[in-house]
Amino acid sequence: MSEAHPALAHHFEDAEQQHEAASLGMWAFLITEIMFFGGLFAGYAVYRMKSPEGFAEASHHLDIALGGVNTAVLIASSLTMALTVRAAQMGSRRFLMLFLILTIALGSVFLGVKVVEYTHKFEESLIPGRHFNFEGMYSRTAEMFFFFYFAMTGMHALHMIIGVGLMLALLVMAHRGRFSPEYYSPVELSGLYWHFVYIVWIFLFPLLYLIGRH
Amino acid sequence: MMSSPTMHREEIALESPWTPKQHYLNMSYGVRSWLLTKDHKRIALLYLLSITLFFFVGGFFAVLIRLELMTPQGDMVQSETYNKLFTLHGVMMIFFFLIPSIPAVLGNFLVPMMIGARDLAFPRLNLASWYIFVIGALFALGSAIFGGLDTGWTFYTPYSSIYSNTNVVSAALGVFITGFSSILTGLNFIVTIHKMRAPGLTWFRLPLFIWAHYATSLIMVLGTPVIAITMVLVILERFFGVGIFDPAVGGDPLLFQHLFWFYSHPAVYIMILPGMGVISEIVACFARKRIFGYRFVAMASLAIAVIGFLVWGHHMFLTSQSVYASMIFSLLSFLVAIPSAIKVFNWTATLYKGSVSYQTPMLYAFGFIGLFTIGGLTGLFLATLAVDIHVHDTYFIVAHFHYIMVGGMVMAYLGGIHFWWPKMFGRLYPEGWARFAALVIFVGFNLTFFPQFVLGYLGMPRRYHVYPEEFQVLNVMSSAGASILGVGYLIPMVYLIWSLKYGHVAGPNPWRAAGLEWETPSPPITHNFESTPVVQRGAYPYSPEEVQVV
Repeated sequence: MSEAHPALAHHFEDAEQQHEAASLGMWAFLITEIMFFGGLFAGYAVYRMKSPEGFAEASHHLDIALGGVNTAVLIASSLTMALTVRAAQMGSRRFLMLFLILTIALGSVFLGVKVVEYTHKFEESLIPGRHFNFEGMYSRTAEMFFFFYFAMTGMHALHMIIGVGLMLALLVMAHRGRFSPEYYSPVELSGLYWHFVYIVWIFLFPLLYLIGRH
Repeated sequence: MMSSPTMHREEIALESPWTPKQHYLNMSYGVRSWLLTKDHKRIALLYLLSITLFFFVGGFFAVLIRLELMTPQGDMVQSETYNKLFTLHGVMMIFFFLIPSIPAVLGNFLVPMMIGARDLAFPRLNLASWYIFVIGALFALGSAIFGGLDTGWTFYTPYSSIYSNTNVVSAALGVFITGFSSILTGLNFIVTIHKMRAPGLTWFRLPLFIWAHYATSLIMVLGTPVIAITMVLVILERFFGVGIFDPAVGGDPLLFQHLFWFYSHPAVYIMILPGMGVISEIVACFARKRIFGYRFVAMASLAIAVIGFLVWGHHMFLTSQSVYASMIFSLLSFLVAIPSAIKVFNWTATLYKGSVSYQTPMLYAFGFIGLFTIGGLTGLFLATLAVDIHVHDTYFIVAHFHYIMVGGMVMAYLGGIHFWWPKMFGRLYPEGWARFAALVIFVGFNLTFFPQFVLGYLGMPRRYHVYPEEFQVLNVMSSAGASILGVGYLIPMVYLIWSLKYGHVAGPNPWRAAGLEWETPSPPITHNFESTPVVQRGAYPYSPEEVQVV
């Protein structure tokens, strides 16, 4: 115990126990996240079943190019995140910081594209509420569709913002040399979170943009 | 240290009671040392203070409800006010008292101690969960003070999302925020129980209190996020006026009910499972016996948690839910009664040929077993489709869930508080007064709620402040019982506070109870144990011939 790592909290026996606990905690948290998004997905499924034509019609108003670009950006960020964790395991501070910066950059690009998309929707009066305006017979369903679009992608974007914040914190910690091959739990756990948020998008993209376009 | 645990325990019992010089209560002083503490025991006490406050806030609304119902006319408050009274009573009691009650107070205090750990896995998260609870509670209190809330604690749409003119948004936010406190507590327990058990403490050597909290934590982690997103949707619907739950614009109010009960039915088990854990500890200690069928009781907790997720539709028998779905939900609701019954039978079997003594915690345990059984059996009436049509939304259901929540959980909570009070504060409460209070509470409780079964069966609907005159006698009985119950709750408040200073010094183990938490001084030291204990046998080694088991 005399040469215990400074990051070892007093109530753990050793670093391994601490790491295992942190990791299990993160997985449990991700399960709560699945249940959280699950409520939204369930709602989406119910209304999609009720009026598939209306949802398909409304989904034509989403920009598939921008959505596709964003999907590619997120896949790339997932790669850089995996490399970040690897760099931390190898104890390479330089690569750790480089990949963190790349991940932050890609995350920011995603959020930037999202802002562009939201702006377009605003200009086209597709924000649900009093000023919603949709031509054709599916106006009601389309409003529901866009409600889900904004609720789901908005909730996802919120998670992305938190993720970028986490990465910035990691960057500061990495800069101060907090991580080593013996201690890199925060990097690994943030990585789990990042991959989770990315996987949510992998479901959102086809559900909102792709299904029923033909 | 543990080479001969029996010897060790007896030595402690024979020693004259003593209090350690340094313990978690006097390690440091001042408001800061409490508000920034990461010690699970201190956080438990922070929760104890806050939920006691909310118990009395919720109780205050109950008093007003029972006063109004003394007479058949709506003469004390108007119907709008009455709506707010029962809504706030429900919101305060459920989200801010019952759900955190045993897990956040006794669980927080005891889970690490019972498994021989120095703290929960994430102490900072634990403190954060208390702050989150307080912030959520302030939102709910705010909505109560600035205009109230009249949707019922169930927030049914589209009334809550479109039409109600009360503070739905801040109350829903309060529920949303508090939910995260419960998620974090559950997450902390799961990780702690998995990863921080003392050497030798295998899963089937764990006290049943731990099993119950493990099952509860699963529900908290899996269920609470769903109510969180549901509340978000209600708030969004109010802001944007999009009718996701409003049939007038193509929404589906039933979707809300599905999402709401997907959490709120399992939440009922959040409110009863920890109580069952407490009862297992108390019954074993005061019958001086190992719990009969330990593994069945442990597995019953998990079974309740799992099946509890599959019965939510029984709240919706009288909606447009498909009748076939209702049949399945009815069947599953009967199934969930089996593990509950296993527990009751096994506690009873534990008493058989036990050396039963009648200290206060045991009185509460007896109260729990009897009242929970009544509550549970009347639940079967409600799970029966045809009967439910008759008693749905009547006082029968009000009586049913109060038998579970108050007769069950509050009894268990008080029993647990009395049982572990000497451990928490190192002082004994006055036994005579405590027995008297337990009796008053039992009498008051039954007088309050038993007439409500009859009222409901006769057809008095819930949530109305006027009623036909023939119901007055039973309502007056109920109100009289409520006043006795209220006095019963005030007595422990007085003598427990009194005992902090004037109670007899308890010593480490006043009940000669088994369990790691009794092998530390009372009050415990900050790190709980001088050195990590090593466990060599199963829980509840009370009777000598069973010591060899496991």
